[in-house]
Amino acid sequence: MDDVFRALADGSRRELLDRLYAHNGQTLNELCARLAESGTSMTRQAVSKHLAILEGANLVATVKRGREKLHYLNPVPIHEIAARWIGKYERHRLSALAELKRGLEAKE
Amino acid sequence: MSELKFVYVTYIATTPERLWQALTDGAFTRQYWFGTTVESDWSPGSRVTFRSGGEVHDSGEVLDCVPCRRLSYSWQVEFHEVFRREKPSRVTFELEPIGSAEVKLTVTHDEFEPGSKVHAAVSNGWPMILSSLKSLLETGHASTLTGPDKQRGARERAIALAAGTAA
Repeated sequence: MDDVFRALADGSRRELLDRLYAHNGQTLNELCARLAESGTSMTRQAVSKHLAILEGANLVATVKRGREKLHYLNPVPIHEIAARWIGKYERHRLSALAELKRGLEAKE
Repeated sequence: MSELKFVYVTYIATTPERLWQALTDGAFTRQYWFGTTVESDWSPGSRVTFRSGGEVHDSGEVLDCVPCRRLSYSWQVEFHEVFRREKPSRVTFELEPIGSAEVKLTVTHDEFEPGSKVHAAVSNGWPMILSSLKSLLETGHASTLTGPDKQRGARERAIALAAGTAA
């Protein structure tokens, strides 16, 4: 669990998870190209290093396809954290609060 | 690359035999899978049913079965017409022992129709089911988040996700 928190503590790594959430199953090249397109500056070496840390924390699962390596967002460890502390609360109330927050912030 | 697919991985402190039983025995699945009882004789070509409260809400066919290593079945969601209209997708479980104390479980869900509503709906369920399965095998207790009483909410959320009305 320490690995998960450490991996999530970095903004660039959260950005990479967001990118995989938007387009699951990307190669390193595709991720770099999409980051460059949207003007996010992250070198290929940095992306590669962050992906290795995310994979080490099991937040990213990889699948080999020929010579390529596809990266998939793996939210299971995040649910393990949620189940550990949120289990006793009513989950739908928390979702309702999260949606309310999103709704209010979107209107700004 | 635009192929719709999910890959979920969890590491569970258990044996491949116990994990296999938890995936294939309805008495186990109902503890961590929103009260769902899975039933099949697990021979390739045989039917798989997912029941809760006596009602079949999903079904499929065994595609591949190597006990304690690999299980694959087609998966047709039947509890709502928006999902019944689609052709079945495919779920594959791969079990890989890591040392003598842990098993790496990889769940791949793929072969969705383009623009699949099932794809939109399932992303939410698997992580909860797998973390609950891990908790059941490691502590003897499944997560209360995936209890039978949570199934109705989970289905409603799946339908909302498929309709694009949930975030």
